[in-house]
Amino acid sequence: MSQQNHIILAANHLVKTYTQTTGRFGLSSNKINALDDVSISLKAGTTLAVVGESGSGKSTLARCLLQLHPFDSGEVIFEGCNLANLDKNALRSKRQHLQMVFQDPFASLNPRMKVGEIVGEGLQIHGLGSAAEQKEQVLQMLKRVGLSADDAQKYPHQFSGGQRQRIGIARALVLKPKVVVCDEPVSALDVSVQAQILLLLKELQQEMRLSYVFISHDLRVVRHIADDIVVMNAGKIVEQGSIEAVYNAPQQPYTQQLLSAIPGRKAA
Amino acid sequence: MIEILNISNLSVTPKNAPNRLLVSNISFKLSAGKTTCIVGESGSGKSLTALSVMGLLSRQLQAQGSINFQGQELTKLDKKALQRIRGAKIGMIFQEPMTSLNPVLTVGYQIGESLTAHLGLKNAALKTKIAALLTQVGIPSERADSYPDELSGGQRQRVMIAMAIACEPLLLIADEPTTALDVTVQAQILKLLDELKTRMNMAMLFITHDFGVVADIADDVIVMFRGEIVETGSRNQVLNNPQHPYTKALLACVPDIEGKKELKPIDYAWLKTGLKEDKAAA
Repeated sequence: MSQQNHIILAANHLVKTYTQTTGRFGLSSNKINALDDVSISLKAGTTLAVVGESGSGKSTLARCLLQLHPFDSGEVIFEGCNLANLDKNALRSKRQHLQMVFQDPFASLNPRMKVGEIVGEGLQIHGLGSAAEQKEQVLQMLKRVGLSADDAQKYPHQFSGGQRQRIGIARALVLKPKVVVCDEPVSALDVSVQAQILLLLKELQQEMRLSYVFISHDLRVVRHIADDIVVMNAGKIVEQGSIEAVYNAPQQPYTQQLLSAIPGRKAA
Repeated sequence: MIEILNISNLSVTPKNAPNRLLVSNISFKLSAGKTTCIVGESGSGKSLTALSVMGLLSRQLQAQGSINFQGQELTKLDKKALQRIRGAKIGMIFQEPMTSLNPVLTVGYQIGESLTAHLGLKNAALKTKIAALLTQVGIPSERADSYPDELSGGQRQRVMIAMAIACEPLLLIADEPTTALDVTVQAQILKLLDELKTRMNMAMLFITHDFGVVADIADDVIVMFRGEIVETGSRNQVLNNPQHPYTKALLACVPDIEGKKELKPIDYAWLKTGLKEDKAAA
């Protein structure tokens, strides 16, 4: 289990500010700290949950980890390499191992591409294998996430929300990544579909030795899937620790407030 | 117990396909001072049920059956008569507080509209009532002059609630009123709704997909699946001792706070045959 302990992805002292225009005609402005000295570390093979309410900076953090958003200062270290120092090409080759699953399975799939093309695009971009091998890998991945080979020829609109999220997962995992950042992957889904996707993510984590950064506002889901947790509020990390420790004995008033607001707490 | 609403054998079908039952022959009653939650997945017909009560179904759909509100048959009323009831005796709150408010009118004006329309309040009396309503839902009364974009999501939902309760309705219909809100705000709004229900002795029909919310707010629970009511009962009965295989399966999907539960996705294939056998037996 020694391998479990090494840190595969870390963010150190990330700072990001937005300038927001205010007032009726947008004449004045103020600075918003989206990320205010945020540091996290993800252990290989585990799941780190980032929780917080809207505006807490959790999605900004996800995007900064993948270098999809520029940030003001700080660094993101993936397997010992500072991603901010890489040029475009070097970053692209790293991204094969650093994938994202998005929240809205309706908005994140190109409606004009067939599912097979969507899932296979990454393999093409990274030039992994011959065309025949790529096709084979796409079909295998689709089957693994619970879709069929025929589905490769269909378009995203022919699928339900849960199936689309499966496509999004297949798209990310076909590249055999090491880290997957999941931004609210189940929040748009019905609870029965949510359970299927959570189980699928867990199984795939075991099979492929994946590490997840799991962004969520749902504290029940997080309790179920995560090993460690980071609680964010207004761009700052309020509390972090193992999931057991934080849920059983939250230290900060904000965490306590958040946990006591989980609906159905009393009845459970 | 005072009965407020009695729905019997209600079905909703598309006008051009009357055999496709989107809501299939459902019956239930609501009483004063009680919150009844309808839970189900998307497509189960829970929102269509609420919309039928309000007479707000889209033009392509039609409702059949009886919706009896205080002795009046809502399905038989014309538009005008329905408008006199809607907003006055039946209040409504929708999911999206961002899109249900008019962005170019102050919230005070929007709360006042139904007071003028239904109760004929004007000028000073209207202003006083608006201020009182805002205070009642926990917003400082000066905010009457604010526009919706100057309020947070939770405050906007409070404004929606103020509008819904303005004419002291007998029935409040809330369709996923907290789904778009953060958990801490959700907890406040649920508490507010519960207090108002008790204080005003309203019947509340609360649509949700979240069993946690059900546990917090429901007196009675109706579980819907593919247009049918599969189980009804008190909150404790349904949550702690569910009888129907679908309710059991749905509850098995809800993650618990202790993180000890094994999640079990619903096996729809099994459920289909299971339900058919159920019906055959009955």
